[in-house]
Amino acid sequence: TDVIIESSVGYFTEGPERKDDIVKAKQEGKELTKEEKQRLRKEKKQQKKSKEKKDDKPSRDSEKEKKPASAASPAPQTPTQPPAQKAPSAAPAPVPVPASETPSAADKPAKSKAELKAERRARQEAERASKGKKGDVGPQAAPGKPKAPPSELQPVVKRLPEHVQVDNPEVLKKLAKKLERQQTPEYNAATKIPLRSDYGYKVSLFSHLHQYSRKAPLTQQLGIPSTVIHPAIVRLGLQYSQGIVAGSNARSVALLHAFKQVIRDYTTPPNEELSRDLVNRLKPYISFLNQCRPLSASMGNAIKYIKKEISNIPSQCKEEEAKRKLLNCIDCYINEKIVLAAKAIAKYSIEKISDGDVILVYGCSSLVNHILCEAFEKNRKFRVIVVDSRPRLEGREALRRLVQKGINCTYVLISAVSYILPEVSKVFLGAHALLANGYVMSRVGTSQIALVAKAFNVPVLVCCETYKFCERVQTDSFVSNELDDPDDLIVTRTGTTQLEHWQEVPSLGLLNLVYDVTPPDFVDLVITDLGMIPCTSVPVVLRVKNVDQ
Amino acid sequence: MELQAVLMAAGGGSRMTDLTYNTPKAMLPVGNKPLMWYPLNLLERMGFEEVIVITTKEVQKMMSTDPKMKLDVKMKLDVVCIQEDGDMGTADALRHIQQKIKTDILVVSCDLITDVALHEVVDLFRAHNATLAMLMSKAHEFTETVPGQKGKKKTAEQRDFVGVDQSGKRLLFMANEADLEDGLSIRKSIMRKHPRMHIKTGLVDAHLYCLKKAVVDFLADNKSISSIRGELVPYLVRKQFSKTTNCPKIKDDAEDQNQKKNDGSTNHELLISSRDEPLLQLAQDRSCWNDHRGDMSEAYHGGKLRCYVHIMDEGPCYRVNTLAAYIEANRLAPKLFEEVPVHPSAVISERCQMGSDSYIGAMCQIADKTSIKRSTIGNSTTVKEKVKVANSIIMHGVTIEEGCNIQGSVICSNAVIGRGADLKYCLVGNGQQIEPEAERTNEVIVGADQLMEI
Repeated sequence: TDVIIESSVGYFTEGPERKDDIVKAKQEGKELTKEEKQRLRKEKKQQKKSKEKKDDKPSRDSEKEKKPASAASPAPQTPTQPPAQKAPSAAPAPVPVPASETPSAADKPAKSKAELKAERRARQEAERASKGKKGDVGPQAAPGKPKAPPSELQPVVKRLPEHVQVDNPEVLKKLAKKLERQQTPEYNAATKIPLRSDYGYKVSLFSHLHQYSRKAPLTQQLGIPSTVIHPAIVRLGLQYSQGIVAGSNARSVALLHAFKQVIRDYTTPPNEELSRDLVNRLKPYISFLNQCRPLSASMGNAIKYIKKEISNIPSQCKEEEAKRKLLNCIDCYINEKIVLAAKAIAKYSIEKISDGDVILVYGCSSLVNHILCEAFEKNRKFRVIVVDSRPRLEGREALRRLVQKGINCTYVLISAVSYILPEVSKVFLGAHALLANGYVMSRVGTSQIALVAKAFNVPVLVCCETYKFCERVQTDSFVSNELDDPDDLIVTRTGTTQLEHWQEVPSLGLLNLVYDVTPPDFVDLVITDLGMIPCTSVPVVLRVKNVDQ
Repeated sequence: MELQAVLMAAGGGSRMTDLTYNTPKAMLPVGNKPLMWYPLNLLERMGFEEVIVITTKEVQKMMSTDPKMKLDVKMKLDVVCIQEDGDMGTADALRHIQQKIKTDILVVSCDLITDVALHEVVDLFRAHNATLAMLMSKAHEFTETVPGQKGKKKTAEQRDFVGVDQSGKRLLFMANEADLEDGLSIRKSIMRKHPRMHIKTGLVDAHLYCLKKAVVDFLADNKSISSIRGELVPYLVRKQFSKTTNCPKIKDDAEDQNQKKNDGSTNHELLISSRDEPLLQLAQDRSCWNDHRGDMSEAYHGGKLRCYVHIMDEGPCYRVNTLAAYIEANRLAPKLFEEVPVHPSAVISERCQMGSDSYIGAMCQIADKTSIKRSTIGNSTTVKEKVKVANSIIMHGVTIEEGCNIQGSVICSNAVIGRGADLKYCLVGNGQQIEPEAERTNEVIVGADQLMEI
């Protein structure tokens, strides 16, 4: 670290002009180059270190943790990090830095020191919030890793995000400690968010993922009138883990609905600001929900949005008004990103559906069902083949909805897909998330369908709203996935349950995967609310979104 | 706050008057703890911090003097007294405390002894947004001989017929045998929606209910319902399938409410919608989950009112409302809660033979050459020499003179058993005196004033 300081001194002397450029660039909304960003961070660190000598210890410790974090994160030069981190963190950070720089140079009375501290704290919170948002969406999708732990200082190579290292005991210990720390402020250390324990033997390829049993809900370990966690969140967590609310859109809507209840029942404690305290209040809830069922990409984006909205509330805003504003934001978000997006996508898709079409759908995607129902209402003549797979058998629900409308449907299991494909003219697939390298993450079995469709030269259209676009990059289904309850695979036929005692057979493991990734080569078109784009244009959309924000 | 606990401790114990004519049911000693300690302990273990206790003044007085209640119960007890002789049913009591109820409630009866994992019941209530969630248990056979029972055991009391759906969680039908004189009839609408129904009769209702706040408000308007178990629960179960609640009332809610206020009609509907109802509806719409398959309707058949039941297969669950249940509970409850067999303040002489499953209360005095097997002895009891006590329940403040032989009996508080008495399968009432050298078998010995109360 000494080395870095000395080298940055040189920057510091020619700082002002460069900084002006950078600030100007930011104000004009241009993109920063990587060097400029690194320079900014080094300057920030330098200023922090110089102020450190004048200030007390407690703030220093927290700063120190922030500094290495900000230093470590630019070091690994992955393409996914800069876009996400640039916009949120760079925006609040450098602006107070130049402002506070000049006061720090001269000697001042104690009052401006307090101001400095407050500014620094505000900056840290903003950075923490932004890192938390990035953490929610990026590879660190799960237990909300707000700041990089100190151990990630040194290595330049990006390590696997912590949440997927279930087979590493130290990581688990750290996670347990972090859950302990994430208590609601008014509660003592006596209660904390419990850790849900894994169940059953895990197949070795997926031993880094969590595998929970539906019969052991997290509520077992919580007190009954749950006071640590808001009752709406407990209800939501239960509904997630029991599968009552399933499907990307449904989960996001239910999540935002629960957040609305939380915001309604929230009161700012004295001496706290709503913008900071409410975000902290939401953190343990998100950890809880993550334990009930790993967060989806759409949920992650929704959480990012909410946290941004909350932190952007000006401090002079009264509580009632702030709450009203937030509730309004949530309603707008749902309306725009989910309801209206569905309408737009339906409009685009109907152009692609012609009379006499035979459309193949897989599983139950709320968006695809919506599209087909709309097309049917607009008097397009087509029939649908619903492909289903065990153990979820979601296709039955899709079948029910389509038949209820009056659409002609055929139902097959996925094992018959190559038999039925010669009849099919188009394949419509829903997506759980669209990754930054163009891969489609969807229900397990989707990539199979896309592969077979490609082999038969049948066009594959993926329908996905833009709020499900995610900055993660994945090329295989192993590194990040979800393991469902293995007991779901057990079935009783004619009175006998063969797999009843599967745990006693030492060499047997049951694997119930939930998601898989489809490469962009198999996808012909992605229909989003922004229009119809090829799969490889996803990073462009992400970039455009970030600039807008 | 999520749930408020309400403990109903004003019941009279009408099915065991021999025990309760002097001691209120809620304070009957079971394993040397007052009966209401058990549900309170259950609530405390689950994490409740406050309980509203509905009881009579007498019980309140006894509660404040009982050391067990003061020490062991750490929750805040909000005691509401009601008239004892008034005909107040459990639902009437809820109506009485309507002002205190701010959120959904968990109603427990004071005579419930169980170690159920309450989260099973409450999870049903939460996950399905249910209006009612209750607990039932498979009935256990009572094996102990009941004192004072003449002749063969009476046939089972009026049975309850409980109909559940295939998953065993949704409550479809509930009726008592007494109401089914013409036979059991099930509405076609229920059969259409749930073609497979399991009807069970061997279940014991634990009288533990989770109710939505809207139900309490509904009770406040409908004064005709006076008992939760007898009237409210069957009403809610029936209402699940009634046509009016299934009609979507979301948009017209505001108008309907105004209309009703103007009509002033007595048949107030149970309004189950919540804030942000459209959002909830949207989430349910987009979710690919259904609680049933085979027909064209959406999850829950679009019904807003849902009743769920959790049926315990194993584990103790007793309702102490009859003498047989009381004896059984005394046998098993101390084991459940790992009672210390001998209270530290009891004085027991060395030459006393005590079985391992006997429980001695505080400040007892047990003299030499006594033999105590499988029995519970209450506080401040004096047992003199050469007494044999087997399979019995002895309450507080009893004096047993020398040479007595007590088997399979229940001796109530402050009784005096004269020397050399031989009691087999008897029930000695409160404050009674058994003369020396008496020999009683299978008798209920109570005071003259109690006899008149029939």
